[in-house]
Amino acid sequence: MRVIVAMSGGVDSSVAAARMVDAGHDVVGVHLALSRKAAASGKSKGCCTLDDARDARRVADMLGIPFYVWDLSEQFTHDVVDDFLDEYRHGRTPNPCLRCNEKIKFAAVLDRALAMDFDAVATGHYAQVVVGPDGPELHRAVDATKDQSYVLGVLSAAQLAHSLFPLGADVKEDVRDEAQRRGLLVARKPDSHDICFIPDGDTAAFLHRRLGSQPGDIVDAESGAVVAAHDGTFAFTIGQRRGLNLRVPAADGQPRYVVDVDVESRTVTVGPPTLLDVDLIEGVRPIWAGRPIGPAPVDVIAQVRAHGEPMAARARLLEDCLIVELTDSVRGLAPGQAVVIYDGTRVIGSATVDRTRRVVRA
Amino acid sequence: MSPDYDSIVSDRAYVDHAATTPMLPAARVEWLRQSEQVGNPSSLHAQGRAARRVVEESRERIAEALRTRPSAVVFTSGGTEADNLALKGLFWARRASHGATRILASAIEHHAVLDPIEWLESSQGADVRWIGVDGLGRVRLDEVSEQLVDGDAVAVCSIMWANNEVGTVQPVHELARLCRDAGVPFHTDAVQALGMLPIDLGDLGADAVTISSHKVGGPFGVGALIADPRTQITPVLHGGGQEREVRSGTVDAPAIAGFAVAVEHAVATQADRAARLTVLRDALIAGILELVPDARINGDLEQGSDHRLPGNVHASFPGCEGDLLLMLLDAAGVDCSTGSACTAGIPEPSHVLLAMGVDPALSRASLRFSFGESSTMTDVDAVLAALPGAVARARRAGSLASQAG
Repeated sequence: MRVIVAMSGGVDSSVAAARMVDAGHDVVGVHLALSRKAAASGKSKGCCTLDDARDARRVADMLGIPFYVWDLSEQFTHDVVDDFLDEYRHGRTPNPCLRCNEKIKFAAVLDRALAMDFDAVATGHYAQVVVGPDGPELHRAVDATKDQSYVLGVLSAAQLAHSLFPLGADVKEDVRDEAQRRGLLVARKPDSHDICFIPDGDTAAFLHRRLGSQPGDIVDAESGAVVAAHDGTFAFTIGQRRGLNLRVPAADGQPRYVVDVDVESRTVTVGPPTLLDVDLIEGVRPIWAGRPIGPAPVDVIAQVRAHGEPMAARARLLEDCLIVELTDSVRGLAPGQAVVIYDGTRVIGSATVDRTRRVVRA
Repeated sequence: MSPDYDSIVSDRAYVDHAATTPMLPAARVEWLRQSEQVGNPSSLHAQGRAARRVVEESRERIAEALRTRPSAVVFTSGGTEADNLALKGLFWARRASHGATRILASAIEHHAVLDPIEWLESSQGADVRWIGVDGLGRVRLDEVSEQLVDGDAVAVCSIMWANNEVGTVQPVHELARLCRDAGVPFHTDAVQALGMLPIDLGDLGADAVTISSHKVGGPFGVGALIADPRTQITPVLHGGGQEREVRSGTVDAPAIAGFAVAVEHAVATQADRAARLTVLRDALIAGILELVPDARINGDLEQGSDHRLPGNVHASFPGCEGDLLLMLLDAAGVDCSTGSACTAGIPEPSHVLLAMGVDPALSRASLRFSFGESSTMTDVDAVLAALPGAVARARRAGSLASQAG
């Protein structure tokens, strides 16, 4: 096969590339330049710095494969960064890594690759593609602590058919050891965790810089009293506890959490954690990794965060709305997050959380 | 007759001579021979004198080839340093002597000229007047004349001999005369012109001329600024004053020896080379237009040494991304260039094409093929064999991008 490997310059994609070469494929390494500024200044600690491009290039040299930098900064700014800001502006909490997988890595890159007669795109994600009776299936990685099937839940069946995840059957430490054994310079490089375009990890400050000041009130859900002021609803996400700076302590002395964000009135509502418990999720814009579900409820496993607990649930599709009823409630779920549903280890599909229903307590 | 390049040139089609050239075998022999000697050319003992002799003989050979005086040859680490020395050195000297702060330069200069000028503008108070070009990439002489009316205010005028991307040859003799009449120092970057166009620096009468070794079959890491000793140039590098007090640093005697052989050869065989490469160039242009009828050849298509570099072909392929085309041709064994500057491999739209009025999308759809000493018709055939498939694939990829956008 002719395969493009998306090489970030990290351990995982480096080993993925090495394995593709070992498997006898005709491999080309591509580093995605997602931010011109970061690449030029080398200051960013994110995934697209000059150092990372250099690391990726050196791994490609060692593997003896051609290597190119693809400038996708315009698409990335438009489809990921602008979308991220827009979602926050509307009081939602997006996951930019999912968005990047959906729009950049497995769309822009894959489409280009296929148009140029490549057969597949490989990445260093921890997940498995298995050929099932209805075609390719996306499954969780063997290493549960590294499993990235959640952030790949946005891939369609057509995209999966051309996606390769050579690390899905391994645990991270083995991959590191393999990098070391292969003499790859990146073997001891730390994992990246931050959002790549917010290298300092301070999302609130980034949003404040980009969206400006939009002061409003923080209101107590139970008393209705204004308990603090804030500088913009975008700094708050449902379930958040830190950084509220409440002037008035709660009557019961217990910590309070953000339970609602109303962009229109610029009101952030705080309350006890019990108000965060949600047992029904309505998801929009569903994407199916294989055969879609129908209006009849089916037993599924639901996951709402990249490293969140898998939860038992029943799911059904009404029109274009994915309805997920959780067996047990989940605490602090914000619109904009993705809900991915599984059949065992197999990803069925995903949707963007639009509305949730609070648990009604007796 | 071309020297034997078999040991350097592989089965790939190397059509990127504007980026760098295979080393001339005779230059390599001389370079390696001198590398076996010890001795700093500045040392006073026998071995130092021997090294100094190599440097001085090389200086004389280069001066004679270019029809200038040996004392005019200032060795540098390459074209970029020579350009920096010319721009900064002439600017600082002229500002000190005349209070002049204006810089005239074409909008299509190489980054080795553009960037020092932008630095002089942002941090040294230079008042930069960019000279526009026409659709063929030739500087507008009337704009230069206009800016030279108040000659005393102008510190330096810098316009390249031939453009590295689209190959357009500039009217440097006229520019040199206009500047001389206005009493303005004139610098020209002749890196691409050397060995490709007839060069007689005595006849040109420029104040400073940049040349580079590795573009003419010499080793990397050496170049020269050709400037009369009477020309006031403030040094950029200080520390020893080895090169006429204008440039400091121990010179690389072996590289200079190889450089001299390469320059002599490049100049002596220039007419033959130009004639031979013109045939390759025109065959490639004709082939491109036949295979990709909507391709557009950029630059000047007139015949003659005052129009286009003999080895340059620059084409835009509508609907393609140049970097994808490059990658596909690379896979097919063709080494070419998008012709534009890169930071971390990220292509920027070419400032040369933008200055020529080419649409930005079309400018990103461009490739440069450049022939040199070792090129043959086999290279042309290899490009033409690989091109249709590469263009078709790049177009498929390009149409996706435009749908998504």
